[in-house]
Amino acid sequence: MAIDTKQREGSEVEVEQLATGCEAIAEAIRLADVDVMAAYPIRPYDGVMQAAAKLIAAGKMDVEYIVADGEHSQFEIVKHACAVGSRVFVGSSGVGWFYAFEAIAVTAGLRLPVVAICGNRALDDPGAFGTEHNDSLACRDLGWLLPWAETAQEALDLSLMAWRVGEDKRVSLPVAIGLDGAFLTHSQHIVKIPTQQAVNAFLPKFDLGDRLLHPDNPITIAPQVDQDWLMEIRRQNDNAMRQALTVIREAHADFKRIFGRGGESPFLDEYMTEDAEVVVVGQGTLALPMKVAIRRLRAQGRKVGLVRLKWFRPFPTEELVKSLSRFKAVGVIDRDYSFGSPYYGGVLYNEIRSALYSQQKRPVIVGFIAGLGGREIEQPMATEIFEKTEAAAKGDLAKGDVCHWIGVRE
Amino acid sequence: MAEAKSISIEVVYRGIFQKTLAQRICRSVVLAARKKGHTGTAFARYGDSPERNGVPAKQFAVVAVNEIELEASMAKYEPAVVDISIAVDDTLAKGVESWAWYGRQPLWKPVAPNGFLLVTSEKTPDAVLAQTDAAERPYTLGIIPGGASFAGLWVYKDDHTDYRVLGALAKVAPQWMSLEAAKDAALDLSKGDKTVAASVQYGFDATVLRKVKPGEGTKGHEKLQFDKPGWTKMRPGIVVEARKPGERNPQYKKYTARTMRPVVNFDTCIKCTMCWLDCPDECFEVTPEGHYEVVYQACIGCGICAQVCPVKDCIVMVDELKFTDNADKWQLWKKDRPGYNAWFEKMSGVPADPKAAGAGAPVGGSPATGGED
Repeated sequence: MAIDTKQREGSEVEVEQLATGCEAIAEAIRLADVDVMAAYPIRPYDGVMQAAAKLIAAGKMDVEYIVADGEHSQFEIVKHACAVGSRVFVGSSGVGWFYAFEAIAVTAGLRLPVVAICGNRALDDPGAFGTEHNDSLACRDLGWLLPWAETAQEALDLSLMAWRVGEDKRVSLPVAIGLDGAFLTHSQHIVKIPTQQAVNAFLPKFDLGDRLLHPDNPITIAPQVDQDWLMEIRRQNDNAMRQALTVIREAHADFKRIFGRGGESPFLDEYMTEDAEVVVVGQGTLALPMKVAIRRLRAQGRKVGLVRLKWFRPFPTEELVKSLSRFKAVGVIDRDYSFGSPYYGGVLYNEIRSALYSQQKRPVIVGFIAGLGGREIEQPMATEIFEKTEAAAKGDLAKGDVCHWIGVRE
Repeated sequence: MAEAKSISIEVVYRGIFQKTLAQRICRSVVLAARKKGHTGTAFARYGDSPERNGVPAKQFAVVAVNEIELEASMAKYEPAVVDISIAVDDTLAKGVESWAWYGRQPLWKPVAPNGFLLVTSEKTPDAVLAQTDAAERPYTLGIIPGGASFAGLWVYKDDHTDYRVLGALAKVAPQWMSLEAAKDAALDLSKGDKTVAASVQYGFDATVLRKVKPGEGTKGHEKLQFDKPGWTKMRPGIVVEARKPGERNPQYKKYTARTMRPVVNFDTCIKCTMCWLDCPDECFEVTPEGHYEVVYQACIGCGICAQVCPVKDCIVMVDELKFTDNADKWQLWKKDRPGYNAWFEKMSGVPADPKAAGAGAPVGGSPATGGED
């Protein structure tokens, strides 16, 4: 909704705020001037619902806030709102995300740039609140862009990136930002809240162009087609996902210019990798305990580092391959599972293995399943991960002994 | 076909109404061939499902001397070329616009050179040929005597059309199906009804064959063919251009779904708008006088207009094969009323002037819908 944000907010300078990941997202919703958001409570997504509702109640945000009768309706509401030209926001968690899955599939198929958060939560059963990435990862093949945030600041920043990249005409695909339940959604950190002016400079108005569903632009969308058309439509979406890599690079450069944040690479956050021989790769908040472990191990003279993947879809194959082929061994930490997959590894493990397969020079790759259901990756576990990866670099791991469950009771 | 290792047969039928009939024919082809030790498969075209009333659809039977030959002929799931095409409604002669493709195709399109096109009809081969697209290859047209069977879908009221078709097949492809095998298969299919053998025999005896040379047939049918764009040319987001007000879909016309068409008596029309309101395909255009003329390119011949019309015999449903084109007729009425009314009477068999109907005119019952050859 077009409202005078300057008058409302009054802040012409960037301010700091102690905010949870959910509250940071709510600030992004305000700054992006979202038209429609849909809500249905499920932990940890409900943290965003509450934070956004408070902003509305305080008169700081004007958004059509629709509480749906379930996640399926929730995602359908924003899909339709998006088709008529609204900038939208939605989200869910765990099995709630799965209840919305039909809507999730068609939103990507239709190329509607819905921005969602997936407050990562273990899938039932057993019922559990803690983080696991399988909810987000379930839509990895559908045409959703999937970034993962490490901090509350990055949650806000990636949200602004999500609207910018998703709504770009070359992409026009939905984005689901992965936020680790509890560690990120429910813990408070210092977050820089950018000015409206800066956000406006970064984020253009949403314009669906000639795809806008409006009486003045009579079109039909979402028709039934047969085998004569489907493959061409899939290929168009494939191309959009390819384009997304370029668009993310452009948006990242602009983001850095305008906000002065965002790191060197749009896709990878590397920590102490310059002279590293062994690195671990992971997504989201597990970077924190791993960085602490790296500092501790570095003090012992061990050449270890971290490569945190910021975008899982589109998969930054070129950047990741270039980065990882520098090391002797790579340990991939999956906060997810893929039962019965090759080598019984996680999703990320097998994707990274696949990306490196055609490389002349490639590191040894070890897989780790860790931190499921919100279990903390404590320092002894981090040490064990590095030790196993170092052993793999030396060729000391038994053949076929490539994937390990870390911190699980035998 | 003497040394052929396999044979492909298709049945072209009217969606829903004739689905079970087509399925029974295809199944019986395989079962009859099995009696000679052959193997085979019968299947419906997946792209025709969900079917819609009257929309031309296809089912197939492929029979081969062994499994290897069957697989070889099935490498393309739906045969692009068939040895025999069977149309179970003669109005299909006007062409096939299917759910499975774009545009209208000649009925003989997949028939191999010197193959067979068998049509169930009460008309002569020449009358059916006159409404069939001009041949590009030689083929043999066979007329299996009998009208279009609407034996049904859920409740199948067998009228022996399937057995007559089996008899005709035994006549044109004896190496794949002997008359005896056809009778045996019919007996199995009917669950032991002894009368079916006579129907097979009748189909064998009464089917009339006529060689068709390239060029024979009509050149009057509309050519409705389209090139499909590549993904780089298509609008993203699965967007379909909406039709402008008054514009009709140029890619999909639907008229080959029609077995009968409405003919309007403009002189008795009371301009009540009922046909225009109730037509599910919005076929009616309002004329300057406030009459409603049928756009035959868009009409599927459902007959609702004739049902809702409150004036007796103002809209009359007439056998589609009586017409050679889709031209709108209101212009003729406007220019030459007596001429139009003479045409109306000839086509519908109903007097244009109800007062002139007099004592001699037929009362009640449905107007003439049969052939007029």
